Amino acid sequence: MGDPPPPSEPPAQQPSSRRSSQVSERRSREHVQPLPADPHEVQETPRDSQILWSNQEILGSQTSLRGRSQRVSLTQYENSGMSQDEEARLGGVEYPSLNMGFPSEFQPQPYLDEGGIQATRNASLMLQQIQQGQGNLFQQLESAYQEPRLGLLGQFNMYQREDLQFGAGAQHGPYIRDDPALQFSPSELGFMPFNMELPEPEPRELAVQNAKAYLLQTSVNCDLSLYEHLVNLLTKILNQRPEDPLSILESLNRTTQWEWFHPKLDTLRHEPEMQPTYEMAERQKALFTRSGLGGGEGEQDMEEEVSETPVPNVMETAFYFEQAGVGLSSDESFRIFLALKQLVEQQPIHTCRFWGKILGLSSSYLVAEVEFREGEEEAEEEEAEETTESGEAVEAHGEEEGEEDEEKVPDVIPKPTWKPPPAIPREESRSGTNKFLYFVCNEPGQPWTRLPHVTPTQIVHARKIKKFLTGRLDAPVTSYPPFPGNEANYLRAQIARISAATHISPLGFYQFGEEEGDEEEEGGAGRDSYEQNPEFEGVPVLELVDSMANWVHHRQHILPQGRCTWVNPLQKTEEEEELGEEEEKADEGVEEVEQEVGPPLLTPLSEDAEIMHMPPWTAQLSCSLCPQYSLAVVRSNLWPGAYAYAVGKKFENIYIGWGHKYSPKNFNPPLPGTVQQEYPSDPEIMEMSDPTVEEEQALKAAQEQALAATGEEEEDEEEDEDEDQDD
Amino acid sequence: MDAESLLLSLELASGSGQGLSPDRRASLLTSLMLVKRDYRYNRVLFWGRILGLVADYYIAQGLSEDQLAPRKTLYSLNCMEWSLLPPATEEMAMQTSVVKGRFMGDPSHEYEHTQLQKVHEGEKVFEEEVVVQIKEETRLVSIIDQIDKAVAVIPRGALFKTPFGPIHVNRTFEGLSLSEAKKLSSYFHFREPVELKNKTLLEKADLDPSLDFLDSLEHDIPKGSWSIQMERGNALVVLRSLLWPGLTFYHAPRTKNCGYIYVGTGEKNIDLPFML
Repeated sequence: MGDPPPPSEPPAQQPSSRRSSQVSERRSREHVQPLPADPHEVQETPRDSQILWSNQEILGSQTSLRGRSQRVSLTQYENSGMSQDEEARLGGVEYPSLNMGFPSEFQPQPYLDEGGIQATRNASLMLQQIQQGQGNLFQQLESAYQEPRLGLLGQFNMYQREDLQFGAGAQHGPYIRDDPALQFSPSELGFMPFNMELPEPEPRELAVQNAKAYLLQTSVNCDLSLYEHLVNLLTKILNQRPEDPLSILESLNRTTQWEWFHPKLDTLRHEPEMQPTYEMAERQKALFTRSGLGGGEGEQDMEEEVSETPVPNVMETAFYFEQAGVGLSSDESFRIFLALKQLVEQQPIHTCRFWGKILGLSSSYLVAEVEFREGEEEAEEEEAEETTESGEAVEAHGEEEGEEDEEKVPDVIPKPTWKPPPAIPREESRSGTNKFLYFVCNEPGQPWTRLPHVTPTQIVHARKIKKFLTGRLDAPVTSYPPFPGNEANYLRAQIARISAATHISPLGFYQFGEEEGDEEEEGGAGRDSYEQNPEFEGVPVLELVDSMANWVHHRQHILPQGRCTWVNPLQKTEEEEELGEEEEKADEGVEEVEQEVGPPLLTPLSEDAEIMHMPPWTAQLSCSLCPQYSLAVVRSNLWPGAYAYAVGKKFENIYIGWGHKYSPKNFNPPLPGTVQQEYPSDPEIMEMSDPTVEEEQALKAAQEQALAATGEEEEDEEEDEDEDQDD
Repeated sequence: MDAESLLLSLELASGSGQGLSPDRRASLLTSLMLVKRDYRYNRVLFWGRILGLVADYYIAQGLSEDQLAPRKTLYSLNCMEWSLLPPATEEMAMQTSVVKGRFMGDPSHEYEHTQLQKVHEGEKVFEEEVVVQIKEETRLVSIIDQIDKAVAVIPRGALFKTPFGPIHVNRTFEGLSLSEAKKLSSYFHFREPVELKNKTLLEKADLDPSLDFLDSLEHDIPKGSWSIQMERGNALVVLRSLLWPGLTFYHAPRTKNCGYIYVGTGEKNIDLPFML
C-alpha cells in the first residue's frame, strides 16, 4: 500500500487515453471559464477543500500523501461501494489531486505561462467535460488552473478525476478534520479513524484560507512570499525541463531567487555594464566600412585597391602561422588587417608589416612595423630635433650663468671631477636600430600611436632591467638602474632588441647589393644594406629544418654600445666643443675606446651562441603527418615567443609574447654604484675637533704669561707702531 | 579546457598567441574521445602543451565525478597515443626541484645532477659526489602538479559543493556578470583549499558554503601576479598568470564558456618580484 506508484497502470491508462481523446477535441478551447456564481460554492467547497487539503499535503511528506489518498479512496469506496479491483487501483494512486487551484477570490499568481501549462490545461478541459454531468463542480477546478501546475502531478489528477467519476455521488464524503495543527503532523494522518465527524464547510474553508495566507506571508527581508517563490521555481523547472532536476534543486532554488530580484531591465534602456563593449563594437564597426567615397566611384576604388598597396597580406601570414600553431584567431587577424589598412590610409607609408603582439598587464600592444615614404618622415624628424636642440641651448645658457654665479662667491666650492660619460648619439632614421618606424595600438579599432626612435642609452638600460609592460604608453618605468624614459621608450627598446635578434630569413632570400667601396674603407663596420634576391629559388623545407645554417639574420646585430654601427664616444661634435672647452683640457688623451664589432649582416643562425648548452633555435616541421605540404617553423629559445616560418619562396617572422629574454639564471638587478670619492683631505676642509674650554683657558693663561714676560719690550714696540699709524 | 568544447575554447584562448595547428586539433578531437571511453572519465580536459627543445608534450587530464579528486594526467607527443603519468608525490617534487632549464622533449631523457652525499664507511664520514639521475617524466609530472596547484583557475559558481561532500559541476552556471568578471575575487583556485580556514569568522559569515569553498585568487602572493584583461572589445575576460607565464584562463561573461590552458616552457618565473 505504501509503494511509490508507477504512473502507468494499465487499467488506469484506459480511461486516461479515453480522456485524452476527449481532450484533443477540446484542445482548441483555451479560454478558462470564470468562476461560477456563489450558490454553487457551498456545493463546491467540499471538493475545493479536498483539493486544498491535498495541496497542503504536498508540503508535507510523501507518506502523508499516500495515506491521504488511501483514505480518500477508501471513503469513496465505502460510499459508492466500488469494486475490489477498483480499490486496488485506487490504492496504487499515490498522489491525489494536487490541484493548487483556488477560487478566483484569491489573487492571480504571477508567472503565468501559457505554453507551459498546456498539458495541465488538457486535464482541466477534460475535467470540464466530466463536469458536464456533474454540475459546476469541475468548472471550478478549471478556473483554478490559472495557476501553473505540475504536469506530472496533473497526470495523477486524472486518476483522481476517475475516482470522482465513479464516486460522483460522494462529493461530500467524510474528510479529515481541518484542524490546522493536524496539517503539520503528517505521520498521524495515515492513522486517523474513519468515523470522524463531518466538519462544517465553513471552518474548513477558514483553515484552508489560513494555510494559504501563511504561505503568502512575505518574507522579512523582501517582498517575496514562499508561495510565490515555489510557484516561480516550479514554473522554471517545467519550462526548462532540465535533466534530473532533483540533483540540481538547490541551484535552481538559488537562481530563481536571484532572478526575482534581478529582473531584466526595460528593453529601451541599455545596461550600463555593457556600455564599453558596445563602444568597442562601434569602433570596430568603423573599421569595416570602406573609407570615404560613395557608391558611384566604387569601381574606381576597387581598381586602386587591387593594385599594389603597402598593406600586408595579414590573413595569409596568419594562415601559415596557424599551421605552426602560433598566432591569434582568424577573426582577430582580420581585424588587425583592417586596422593596418586604416593606418596605411592615415600615414604616408611605403611598406608595412604586422610585427606582432606584446602582452601587457592591463592590456596588450599590437605592433606594426612601417617604413615611411621618402621625404615624408624627415619633416617630422626635423621638428623633433629642433625642439630638442632648443632645449639644449637653453640648458647651456643656464649652465653658463650658473658658472658665473659660482665664481662671484668668494669661497670657491671645489668642483666635482666626475663628469657623465658622453652621450652616444642616436642612430639616424632609416638606419641601424631606427631602420623602421613602429606604431602601436591596444586593440584593433583604436588609433595607432607612433613610437619614438630608440636611443643607444635606452637599449643599454633595457638590457639591464626586466619589467612587465603595463599597457599604457605613458606609464613610468621604475627600476634600477633608472630607465631613461617611460614605457613607450622601453617598449621601443624591447622591440628593437627582439627584431635584431630574431628576424631571420632563409639563406639566399636576401643578398648584398653591389658594393662600390671596399670593406676596409668603412672601418670594418660591415655592410648594412641588403636587397631581395630576384633569383631566389626557395630552400626545401626539410633542409630548412635540418640545419640552422640555412637561415640567416637579416637585421643588424646591436652592439653593446646600443647602436648597430659603432661610434667613438670621444669624438666631439661641434656643440660639445663649445660647451666643454674648459673641461676638455683635462681629459685629453686619457681614454681610448676600443671599437666594438658584432657579427656582420646575413650571418647564418648556426653561428649564434648557445645558451648554457642549449641551442638557441628549435626547428620543426609544422605537420609531421604530411611532410609534403608542411612548413618549416623555427622558434627562438632566447626570446620565447619569436617564430618564423618558411615555405617555398615565402617566409615571415612574428613575435607574440611578453617581450622578455630568456635567461636560465635568475635575474639579478645590478648593485648600486660604489660610493664616489669625496674631496681629497686638505687642511682647509679637514675636520678637527674644537678646543675644549679647559684648553682654551690654558692657552689664554699661557699667552698672558708670555705677555707679562715680554711686557716691557712690547710697550716700546707698540708706541712705535702707534706713531707709524698716526702718520 | 573541456575536451567537449575544444574548438571554441582554443579560439577564445588564442589571445596569448599560442594555440594548436589544425592537424593537432583534429587529432585531439578524436583521441580525447577515445581516452574518455577507455579510462571511463567523467570529464576530459585538455591541459595544454609544454614546449621542449626537441619536441613538445601535449597534456590531458581526466576527472572523475568529484571535481576536486586527484586527477589522472596523460601525456602524448603526437596527440594520438596517450600515456598515463604516475601521480605526483612530495618526493618527486623534491627531486625535481634541482633540475633547471628547459624540457628536452624526450620522455626518457635523464637529467644528471651531482649531489654531495655523506657516505659512512666504518667510522669515517666523508662526502662523496654522487650523480643522481632524474628522469624527464618525473620532472614532467611534478611540474604539471605544481602548475595545477598554483595557477589552475575556475570562476565562482562553476562548481558547487553538495552536503554529502563531492563537488559537482554546476549545471545552472550562467557565467559571471561583467562587473564580477573584472574582479580577481570572483575566481578561485581549482585545487583543495589551503587558506580558507585562515579566514576570520566575520569573513566566513559572508561566504556561501556551497559556492565559496575554494581559495580565491585575490590573496595570491606576490600581489599582482595575475594580469586580468578584457579582449575582443570587452566580450572576453582573460587572466594570465605572471608566475607561470603561459597559463591563460579565459571566460566569456554571461556565458558558460570558461577554461584554462597552459602553453609554455614549464618554468616558473622566479624573477616576478623584480618585474612588477
